[in-house]
Amino acid sequence: MIEIQNVHKSFGQLEVLKGIDLVVQKGEVVTVIGGSGSGKSTLLTCINGLEPINSGKILVDGTEVHAKSTNLNKLRRKIGIVFQQWNAFPHLTVLENVTLAPRKVLGMAKAEAEAIAERQLMHVGLGDKLLAYPSRLSGGQQQRMAIARALAMAPDYMLFDEVTSALDPQLVGEVLETLKMLAEEGMTMICVTHEMAFARDVSKRVAYFHQGVMAEIGAPEQIFGDPQHPETRKFLASVR
Amino acid sequence: MFETALSAADLIFLAKGAGITIVVTAISVVIGTVLGILFGVLRVQLGPILSAPLTLFLDIFRSVPLLIQLVLANSFIGMVLKLQLSGFFVACMVLSLYTSAYCAELVRGGIDAVPGITRRAARSLGMSWAQDMRYIVLPLATRVALPSWIGLALGVMKDSALVYVVQVTELLKSTQILITRLQEPLFLLLICGAFYFIISFPLARFGGYLEKRSSND
Ligand SMILES: Nc1ncnc2c1ncn2[C@@H]1O[C@H](COP(=O)(O)OP(=O)(O)O)[C@@H](O)[C@H]1O
Ligand SMILES: [Mg+2]
Repeated sequence: MIEIQNVHKSFGQLEVLKGIDLVVQKGEVVTVIGGSGSGKSTLLTCINGLEPINSGKILVDGTEVHAKSTNLNKLRRKIGIVFQQWNAFPHLTVLENVTLAPRKVLGMAKAEAEAIAERQLMHVGLGDKLLAYPSRLSGGQQQRMAIARALAMAPDYMLFDEVTSALDPQLVGEVLETLKMLAEEGMTMICVTHEMAFARDVSKRVAYFHQGVMAEIGAPEQIFGDPQHPETRKFLASVR
Repeated sequence: MFETALSAADLIFLAKGAGITIVVTAISVVIGTVLGILFGVLRVQLGPILSAPLTLFLDIFRSVPLLIQLVLANSFIGMVLKLQLSGFFVACMVLSLYTSAYCAELVRGGIDAVPGITRRAARSLGMSWAQDMRYIVLPLATRVALPSWIGLALGVMKDSALVYVVQVTELLKSTQILITRLQEPLFLLLICGAFYFIISFPLARFGGYLEKRSSND
């Protein structure tokens, strides 16, 4: 379970998160929508401790992420994250990209890590690219590789930050299919997305962010069918 | 016909000088590179303000002519520290620090060229700072810095000719000794140049090979 309690976060003078409260249950898929600059990416990087927070609390399975005593390297093993910008390790093959963390972080033997990596890469449809370098992959393939890389750590949670927004339109579908498949398998996910149809299809709840505030959260039918907050209505009208 | 007083023994004398040049260069490049990586990482990690003293220290080695550094270091060690160190040792020490100062810049540039998002990805997978450095940042920085590093190593080899001021008889000094005795400056310098070329050629070719290889993937 991920518990976000009254989280405030500023970059210098700019307050980016203004008291966020959100609980994500095991097995739940929550999508986050909202205009650019509303703090969506920042929230995700606070959840895995890449960014510090100013006040409030984030608990992952009861462990306080920003407590001094927390071993972040250990905590991050169970929180996978995939970013908007492609972030392959360019000097490693696809297979090595995926086996690196299981081997070095989890101390797995090479053969075992490779078996897991091959399975995950097959799962995301990259079984024939094991020995390719990332520069030979399309954007969609790179994102699917990043998903496999995160999954190889057997995380309990997956965070996705607009993983399709840097892709050419014809490549968006293959990545969304992969996310859908994960959701159907019961992965606990927080997906920041601009793909409204996807949000409607896969999420249990949809959160709308506006200027650092979670203006509204609810079932997809409610958010898309009967939005309560005027800003949500405005936003949805603008993306349609 | 061309005639020379150069004997086989003289050629061996020159080869010994070349050997000294190779050894001084190799030691300085190895130690200088290790120190350079350390200094470069420290500079990035400490940030511009905290690393200012280190930056200043390295800038001195980069801006004062090597000849002056050698003479000053030699006098300082002998007269102030009252230590009896061989010229060879002093030469390697000064040349190592000189190399490290340039190498630190290359390392810093290489590390800065690694995108922040790549490092975030590594840390997000649970890698520690050291693992990120070891498996992601330094390999990527190496790719960026390697061509310039080859240039640095070649430069150090040529600069090592200056260590004659601390009584180390390397290749150029050996040549000068022969010139004084045989009075055949052009011919001897030609041979000396050939020695330098033979020493640097493999390194230059290796650099070209690496450059080609890294542009392939
Ligand atoms: N590292 C940073 N330093 C300073 N400002 C930042 C940083 N990251 C994000 N911001 C600012 O925080 C605000 C929220 O950013 P972000 O969380 O990326 O929004 P979103 O993902 O919803 O588009 C933006 O105004 C952005 O410019
Ligand atoms: Mg964002």
